[in-house]
Amino acid sequence: MLNLNRRQALALGGASFLSGLLSGASASAQARDKLTIAFNVNLPSFDPTVGPSAVNPTIQAIYRAIYDQPVGQNPDLSFAPGLLTKWGWNEDKTKAWMEVREGVVWHDGTPFTPEDVVWSIERAGDPKNGSPVPFVWGSIDNFKIDGQRITADVKQFDPTIFKWMAFLTGYILPKAYYTKVGAEGFEKKPIGAGPYMVDEYQGNAFLRLKRNDKYWGPKGAFETVIFKFVPDGTSRVAEIESGSSDVTLEIPYEEYDRLKAKPGLAGVCQPITDIGMIFITNVEKEMLDQNVRLAAIYAIDKEAIAKRLLRGYATPIATLDAPGYAAYDPSIKVPYDPEQSKKLLAASGYSPEKPVKFKIQTTRGFKPKDYEMIQAIVGMWRKVGIDAEIEVYEIAKHYELRAAHKLAPMAFYNWGDAIGDPTCSTGFAMFSPSPHSAWKSKDLDDMIGPIWAEKDEEKRIAGWKAVDKYIAEKGYVIPLVQYFQPIVFKSSLKVTPNATGALEPTLVSNA
Amino acid sequence: MASGFTRPLSSFYHGMSLGIAHRLAMAAITLIGVAAIIFVLLRVVPGDPIAMMISPGASPADIAALRAHYGLDASLPAQFVVWARDLLRGDFGVSISLHRDVLELLLERLPATLELAFAALAFAVAVGGGVAVVATLLDGLAIAPMVDAINGLFLAVPDFIWAFALVLLFGVFAPVLPLSGRIDPALDAHFSTPFYLAESLLTLRFSIFIDVARHMAMPTLALGLPLAAVITRVLKESLREAMVQDYVLLARLKGMSKLRLVLQEALRNAVAPTLALTGVQFTFLIGGTVIVERIFAYPGIGNMAVDAVINRDLPLIQGLTLVFGALFIVVNMVVDLLVVATNPRLRHA
Repeated sequence: MLNLNRRQALALGGASFLSGLLSGASASAQARDKLTIAFNVNLPSFDPTVGPSAVNPTIQAIYRAIYDQPVGQNPDLSFAPGLLTKWGWNEDKTKAWMEVREGVVWHDGTPFTPEDVVWSIERAGDPKNGSPVPFVWGSIDNFKIDGQRITADVKQFDPTIFKWMAFLTGYILPKAYYTKVGAEGFEKKPIGAGPYMVDEYQGNAFLRLKRNDKYWGPKGAFETVIFKFVPDGTSRVAEIESGSSDVTLEIPYEEYDRLKAKPGLAGVCQPITDIGMIFITNVEKEMLDQNVRLAAIYAIDKEAIAKRLLRGYATPIATLDAPGYAAYDPSIKVPYDPEQSKKLLAASGYSPEKPVKFKIQTTRGFKPKDYEMIQAIVGMWRKVGIDAEIEVYEIAKHYELRAAHKLAPMAFYNWGDAIGDPTCSTGFAMFSPSPHSAWKSKDLDDMIGPIWAEKDEEKRIAGWKAVDKYIAEKGYVIPLVQYFQPIVFKSSLKVTPNATGALEPTLVSNA
Repeated sequence: MASGFTRPLSSFYHGMSLGIAHRLAMAAITLIGVAAIIFVLLRVVPGDPIAMMISPGASPADIAALRAHYGLDASLPAQFVVWARDLLRGDFGVSISLHRDVLELLLERLPATLELAFAALAFAVAVGGGVAVVATLLDGLAIAPMVDAINGLFLAVPDFIWAFALVLLFGVFAPVLPLSGRIDPALDAHFSTPFYLAESLLTLRFSIFIDVARHMAMPTLALGLPLAAVITRVLKESLREAMVQDYVLLARLKGMSKLRLVLQEALRNAVAPTLALTGVQFTFLIGGTVIVERIFAYPGIGNMAVDAVINRDLPLIQGLTLVFGALFIVVNMVVDLLVVATNPRLRHA
């Protein structure tokens, strides 16, 4: 029999603890049917229709996995049947109609019904419920249900309403369950009709999902999907490099290049519906001078920024409608022409010796190379006669200033439009009534106003292309680049990149 | 029996009770001050929570409705009165971004931070104290300056740098420790309390305990190493001073070994100043959890605070500030009591 004295027993206990600590025991063993994603943002709330998280494009990856949407969206931005099988308007667009999919069940096994659809739209359309987009959902009312078909009166024609059904806040929640458990109860135990069900959630740590085997559509490839919330970029790199996670995204491009070259890892980096741009605010006199605005635009070498600063993982753009968007017009070009910039500035009495001066605001680290991009642009401007002072601010301040129309003469921002509709890109960024527009002028409003609710889709898209062309000629905004999204994953997996930027678990499978 | 020097024990406890009551009253006043300041500050610093959730295309009426929905449409004094009244009833409000009761959230996340902070403190005291004792024993030897130099390095490196270094070391180069979270997400470990480490140990679920401890290891080291260096420096200096006192010299003349001199004679007198400073540093350590928890995706109140600030979640920021304020006050009170308890001169003053 082994006799141990107190010191030996303590030493043995300590050694066992340390070896357990370092070995990880079996607790961390990776199952084959499990996918772990090192995700870049935390999931603040399970309600996809209210609060700041409802308008956070990244979080939609999780919401889509749990809830599903009335209208589906393919990775190339095209739309597909979702919880609705068909939808549309009547001839004169005074009524909207929807065919609700049959045979769908909620995660608790209860049937999904047209009443759920009507209740969800009415709830999201009521400003009292805290929806950030009540104007979209409130544009139809007086719902009538006949079997699986819903009809509604169009209060105010919104050509984008069905696209919004695949976009922010466009989710159907279970009426009976939600009204029974209430908002707080739903946060604690949410259910949806999507391909994955919530199994365990620890705020700021992880979300564990289980495959919904009763899902109406293609089943997820993994029985368990874990989203680890790792907001720090360095930690996400370490997560994938150490093998702790299977997939990660939104890491620095330098790290993307390094990691995808490592054995056992692979990567995809494709354009997404997220652009870098500079708002121009038409308040100070310098910005009212078209020569100054166009000179600032022509002096920016966007190709160089995309190639050198963003390592080729960006596409230079001339309009807020980027490639892949419904109103993208490749014929609209904005040249890089510093000599023309100098001439325009000279016409307004400015030169490199006597530069025009204004302030430009930017975030630092909010988007890849945001501050560095503005630094490079300011350097390019200096050569032609523009002396811009950089002010770094937090994104929260940007929102506040923009809503109050108090941004600096120029302000860097990134604009997302996951449905690729011009109303949600050029429209909301440039139309005066929008709280997010910085350039507010009657000439532009006179162009946008008539096409905002245009019922003829071809005419509407053509109208938006004309608006984009006009904006480029007048220099009312500076579109810079369309971003690419870096995703790194284990080479045993296959990841289909999503142009919306939402890394949905259903887009990942075993290779 | 009371001597002319010492007071009766009942009188001592009576004095202590009065002192504690006085400190509690002061703490309450401090917390009210903190609450009022943070309430005003949050409303004057840039960053409107409503501006952050306005969708493109929202009309002024939509924005006004959102503002009213979150109770931000009233005047500043009116908002403060409502908040203070609710606070006195134990209602901390509802988080704007998390849509949950703030008090419930705090009670859920605070234990994670407390376990981490106390683990880091325990580590720092054990390692810092141990190194100080060893350094005192080595005093006068050629190796002694090296200990000081290494300790100086540990003092100079802040916790978040340690965090990144540890991520690289134990997460990438030698991936033996988990990089993020509080527990393996694949584990089905159901807890009755939010104190995972303590509960798993007390319920003898050792595999769970080891998993939780592994997840805490790197954040604990990141927070604990700088504090350990502080403890080493202060305690070593105090020990050095104590080692030349008459009572130590007398003990040495009696033939006591150097180890016993340090542990039995000098340490008892050197510990008081170290304790006071450790208390102050511990409050900094709690503040440091904000960044360290973020790096390790550790679900405590520090990590939650970062999201609350990003989202300008006013009710949650206010609740978190009060909790941090209360923690600082409690830690300082406990340290004061411990200093009094360990110092006979203060105890009988």
